[in-house]
Amino acid sequence: MTAPAIELKGISKSFGPVQANKDISISVAPGTIHGIIGENGAGKSTLMSILYGFYKADKGEVWINGKHTEIPDSQAAIAAGIGMVFQHFKLVENFTVLENIILGAEDGPWLRPSLSKAAKILDELATEYELNVNPDALIEEIGVGMQQRVEILKALYRQADILILDEPTGVLTPPEADQLFRILYRLRDEGKTIILITHKLREIMDATDTVSVMRRGEMTATVKTADTSPEELAELMVGRKVLLQVDKVPASPGAKVLEIENLRVTDDQGVERVKGIDLTVRAGEILGIAGVAGNGQSELLEVLGGMRPGVGVIRLNGEPLPLTGPGSDGQSRRAAHIAHVPEDRQREGLIMEFYAWENVAFGYHRDQAYQKSKLLMDNTALRQDADEKIERFDVRPANSWLTAKNFSGGNQQKIVVAREIERNPDLLLIGQPTRGVDIGAIEFIHKQIVALRDAGKAVLLVSVELEEILSLSDRIAVMFDGRIMGERLPDATTEKELGLLMAGVSGEAA
Amino acid sequence: MMDFMTLIQVLDSTVRLATPLLLACLAGLYSERAGIFDIGLEGKMLVAAFFSAAIAYVSGSVWLGLLAGIGASMLLAGLHGLASITFRGNQLISGVAINFLAAGMTVLIAQDWFQQGGRTPSLAGNARFNPIELPFAEALSGVPFFGPIYAELLSGHSILVYIAFLAVPGTWWLLYRTRFGLRLRAVGENPAAVDTAGVSVVGLRYAAVGICGILCGIAGAYLATALQAGFVKDMTAGRGFIALAALIFAKWRPWQAMWACLLFGFLQAIALRYQNIDLGGVVIPVQVMDALPYILTVVILAGFVGKAIPPRAGGEPYVKER
Repeated sequence: MTAPAIELKGISKSFGPVQANKDISISVAPGTIHGIIGENGAGKSTLMSILYGFYKADKGEVWINGKHTEIPDSQAAIAAGIGMVFQHFKLVENFTVLENIILGAEDGPWLRPSLSKAAKILDELATEYELNVNPDALIEEIGVGMQQRVEILKALYRQADILILDEPTGVLTPPEADQLFRILYRLRDEGKTIILITHKLREIMDATDTVSVMRRGEMTATVKTADTSPEELAELMVGRKVLLQVDKVPASPGAKVLEIENLRVTDDQGVERVKGIDLTVRAGEILGIAGVAGNGQSELLEVLGGMRPGVGVIRLNGEPLPLTGPGSDGQSRRAAHIAHVPEDRQREGLIMEFYAWENVAFGYHRDQAYQKSKLLMDNTALRQDADEKIERFDVRPANSWLTAKNFSGGNQQKIVVAREIERNPDLLLIGQPTRGVDIGAIEFIHKQIVALRDAGKAVLLVSVELEEILSLSDRIAVMFDGRIMGERLPDATTEKELGLLMAGVSGEAA
Repeated sequence: MMDFMTLIQVLDSTVRLATPLLLACLAGLYSERAGIFDIGLEGKMLVAAFFSAAIAYVSGSVWLGLLAGIGASMLLAGLHGLASITFRGNQLISGVAINFLAAGMTVLIAQDWFQQGGRTPSLAGNARFNPIELPFAEALSGVPFFGPIYAELLSGHSILVYIAFLAVPGTWWLLYRTRFGLRLRAVGENPAAVDTAGVSVVGLRYAAVGICGILCGIAGAYLATALQAGFVKDMTAGRGFIALAALIFAKWRPWQAMWACLLFGFLQAIALRYQNIDLGGVVIPVQVMDALPYILTVVILAGFVGKAIPPRAGGEPYVKER
């Protein structure tokens, strides 16, 4: 029997009082795709960072191809044949593809020989693994899918036999993700060992040979993928039974709540991001906006939420809303019963250094119920209100005297959602409701959104997670390059069709 | 107006006045390309000016003076490196502190050593960098047009002037044709990319700060031992900041930095030569001319000259993210 490509023995790592990895042992056979799945903060990335020499383990041993290997830094990891594709690419934006590939792996002090040699090797790699990229293109000019290829090529150029990919599909369209997996299969068939870190159950089921599950710093199971099911994996991740499908009754749409006509929005750089769209959201309905990040969804939400001026017509319950000048700010939007859960909770939804009870009131802090007098706020009322919401939304730890940054991503999101939904708005704008949120909290937040819809309210949902769009929405609009590519009903479409629309292939051509 | 010989003379003094700017500008270029903002160019030049003049006076050797100037400048560069790379402090505050330290320290030590009101005694002979005559300068000076250009404009500068202008292609070559240059540019744009590629971010940044120290040292020594004959209080007169403006104007590129510094040098040369300019009845007073380089600096720093995108990781200490 051949030695395992990677064997970790009893790895432990703490950051202060937080134990990120507890006595973890796994063994990965060469020439396989091994998945590591777990919720945010389960310790997946920490474990892989130890393997790549970013952190030093407090305890434990790393064995590579049957040899005990010390990995004090990335240099040593590269020498041991390990390559890593980080979730956030580590590329120099204004360098060419070729320059990025040789950076740190140059042949000598002069660049030209290195560059021409790399160009040749790149050519060979491109034919061997179907990894075509233009070596002279600047990174900032190529798409994220291509950038990811550059990261893979970087690892292969350094003759990596073990490739670690951290959440590789987060930024890809479904066709791009399919392409990535084809490349990974090919690499595996050539004998490379691949570790795939993800929180997406479907990718694990589709792509991996074996899978390890992590929960709260511990490795709870390692199983053959063929012998398990998504339900079982979800339970292993969370530690209890999880409902993967959103349970909901058919929608009964009522009157038009939100009407958008020919809306145009430009971003801070003066680039037009929303290029004349028309949309309607009715009471008792969830309209899902699908699309790859950066196709104008963010700007659409920001205009509706009063964070950015726009041009066009927006009506709420038949009344036009101002898009510029007085009355177009976030405060006025909330006064008009539009609640907004912004896409980036840490930048726009919360103030990370403020207490939970303060964060629960933001945006509504001028509410009469919170005022003691004309000058002073009624902090007791605020705290009481916050404690009630924290209890109803099961925010953990249930302590309103903690600052927002001390909660996990899922609990931070619960604080924002509690603040917005508990106001009983006519229209809820919600962007990336479950980004960086663990499965247990996803289930909870989804239930709240559906409950609001069932109460006859309108919901505009923006998400880059196609699964989320498909399971929550009553109607789906796909956005590409600032335009609506088409509307579909979730029962009458497929991920493939939506994926093509998201990539800008129009409905007729698909 | 200006005849040919006058023009040659103005350009000649442009070259001399642009030299300290150019050295400081290239110094800043190395540092900032590596992601370390440096507003302490001024301070480093000032200590270099003082120590080069002091040691040159005491030892009688300008070369020992130059070494002392470079050494003093590198000490301050090391301090800036320690504050901003090792301890991940605020690079602007560290730079400001260095400028204050240099301004106070030089005058204090000068008074203590020489008792001449915060200046060094005048330098003469081998304690100064003297002009170098290029070969055949004398013989060719009679040739029309090209003769004066060669004999007056190109010949007759100190060795440091030639070093400064040779440093321009040298810097270009180092940045764009060598492994060190590639890594240096990368670390100023995205240190995480350098780190994950197995190259030391800290090492690269210290190297850049060190080169910055050497060049600032030469710039300061040039001021005190070549352009002038001795150190006087605050003799850098904001040149470190003008060099920074030129660096932004040049968008952190070496050849453009040279042209920007020549432009500033030209304005200074004009101000020196023409004390009052008479424009058809309206007399422009000398103060306006003297202020011109500084006004241009403000205009450039206010961003009126196109969009200058600094190195993306500039000013931010590198911390490994989880």
